Amino acid sequence: MAAAIYSLFIINKSGGLIFYKDYGSTGRMDTNDSLRLASLWHSMHAISQQLSPTVGCSGIELLQADTFDLHCFQSLTGTKFFVVCEPGTQHMENLLKLIYELYTDYVLKNPFYEMEMPIRCELFDINLSQATQKDRVALLGR
Amino acid sequence: MAPLAPRSGDAVFANVERVNAELFTLTYGAIVRQLLTDLEEVEEVNKQLDQMGYNIGIRLIDEFLAKSNVSRCVDFKETADVIAKVGLKMFLGVTASVTNWDVDGTSCSLVLEDNPLVDFVELPDTCQGLYYCNILSGVIRGALEMVSMKTEVTWVRDMLRGDDAYELRLKLLKQVPEEYPYKDDE
Repeated sequence: MAAAIYSLFIINKSGGLIFYKDYGSTGRMDTNDSLRLASLWHSMHAISQQLSPTVGCSGIELLQADTFDLHCFQSLTGTKFFVVCEPGTQHMENLLKLIYELYTDYVLKNPFYEMEMPIRCELFDINLSQATQKDRVALLGR
Repeated sequence: MAPLAPRSGDAVFANVERVNAELFTLTYGAIVRQLLTDLEEVEEVNKQLDQMGYNIGIRLIDEFLAKSNVSRCVDFKETADVIAKVGLKMFLGVTASVTNWDVDGTSCSLVLEDNPLVDFVELPDTCQGLYYCNILSGVIRGALEMVSMKTEVTWVRDMLRGDDAYELRLKLLKQVPEEYPYKDDE
């Protein structure tokens, strides 16, 4: 099944949007909207931890709607990576884990990148584009 | 998807890219020498090394979490074990032992038998107050701060000062979980 990723967001531990990439033409947002959405998601994620009946809940991992799925991964340092994709897209958790590794490599190891600030790292963009190509995503299921 | 099992220190160390040990030791030595020349005061150098380590630690923690797949530590005891067995192994190629726990379980010692930073190093008389490996204490402090633990990391024993091993005292000051502005009582 072809992977259809609509967009990718990375939020820092305070809820600020540090990276937004849009892959489809539908639902394309301008900067303000994406910032607002990121803060919304940060809050919802936090509220879900409080509301959860299970002890030690770490927040929403998957949100399924009629027209999209939203997969979210939060690192132990509080940085959240979430991807909005076509309903039923496979291997998104693996993709998020891979994006986390790309973040630790090309963003955090760049000495000129300021922590918690928007990501402007070309190497990260290049590697991210490679990772999100449809055929590459299919391989993540192995 | 089943969560990936945490990898042992040896497994992670085998998979990361390695660098020539001499280059590492020489580079670190060059940093310390330059700091001594620029700052002149041994105390200032200690502080600067700690600050550099802190800046490394805040970035290194995500690398560590991504590559080693450890899950959230249940208590500080587990944290100390993970640092000693997986963390130090992954980045320095050496493991440490965790000893001397205090009664509340908030303070322990990490004892390193081997330390690649200090190969071939001898401290001269003019630098007697220097904690040569102070970068390590900063790294641990920075890394733990990013996972909500405020700690104090100090050197208790230092072979360059004549002791028989390298001992770091790790003390948990407080756990500071993320503050969300949703308080029930407000």
